[in-house]
Amino acid sequence: MKAYVYVSLKKSVLDPQGKTIQGALKKMGFKGLEEVRQGKYFELTLDGGLTRAEAESEVARIARDVLTNPVIEEFRFSLED
Amino acid sequence: MKFGVIIFPGSNCDHDAYWTIQQVAKQPVTFLWHDSHDLENCDAIIVPGGFAYGDYLRTGAIAKFSPVMESVRKFADGGGLVLGICNGFQILCESGLLPGALTRNVGLKYVCKPVHVRVENADTPFTNACRQGEVLTIPIGHMDGNYFCDDATLEELRRDQRIVFRYATPTGEITPEANPNGSLDNIAGICSPGRNVLGMMPHPERSSEPELGGTEGFKIFQSLVGAMAEKP
Repeated sequence: MKAYVYVSLKKSVLDPQGKTIQGALKKMGFKGLEEVRQGKYFELTLDGGLTRAEAESEVARIARDVLTNPVIEEFRFSLED
Repeated sequence: MKFGVIIFPGSNCDHDAYWTIQQVAKQPVTFLWHDSHDLENCDAIIVPGGFAYGDYLRTGAIAKFSPVMESVRKFADGGGLVLGICNGFQILCESGLLPGALTRNVGLKYVCKPVHVRVENADTPFTNACRQGEVLTIPIGHMDGNYFCDDATLEELRRDQRIVFRYATPTGEITPEANPNGSLDNIAGICSPGRNVLGMMPHPERSSEPELGGTEGFKIFQSLVGAMAEKP
């Protein structure tokens, strides 16, 4: 089983990197762009010892306790068999 | 009265802090290894600058799980003096010893230069040798020094006078131009509710001897020595 975890800055936190990318894209002439937010992506390969429900809670714990700083970041994830 | 300077893999201001305490402040000091719970009966702990555990994932994110930080948390809860400098400040925030977080500098550049900070609270163990409102020139050197916290936390920090240093002009005005990294409210350093934990982005150990171009950072160490002498 694999877990795909996405970590992004909270909406209330300024994202200077996203802003810079946005500025560059605009300068390059890409159209229709309103905002760019930069985040992090983690791919976790699980060893098969957990049920789906257990994997769900374990990955949530990993994401909450380690992969994000709750002061500035939030996360979402999906599982794939 | 003994100081302890923590060494994480990736710390690089540990020896500077050690030198300042031993050679300039003339106080006993020892290094503390990240992998040990033993604080060796130190009376004050320095969490130095650098890139603990390579700053992988986030600054301070891995360091907060180290054995030594478990002990530092207990030590701080019991009123022990803890000074976090630069990466040390980031680690203290990640560890929950101080509120908020230090994010990427607004200009996206590593900023390395002397800055001016105004002492907002001279009534702490870290600033008792300063005058209230005094402007100190101390160097910074960081990529992630942009202090952020939510509105309620900022309100609390202001109300309880826990903002200890703010980036200022040489004459002590708080302006956006004087803010090198985009920090909320020009915050350069904050302390815990009990005043016994301080985190600051500027490096006082880099301005503690005339040979380094300035001595105003030494007031932080001088304050600590004074505060420790007063303790029973």
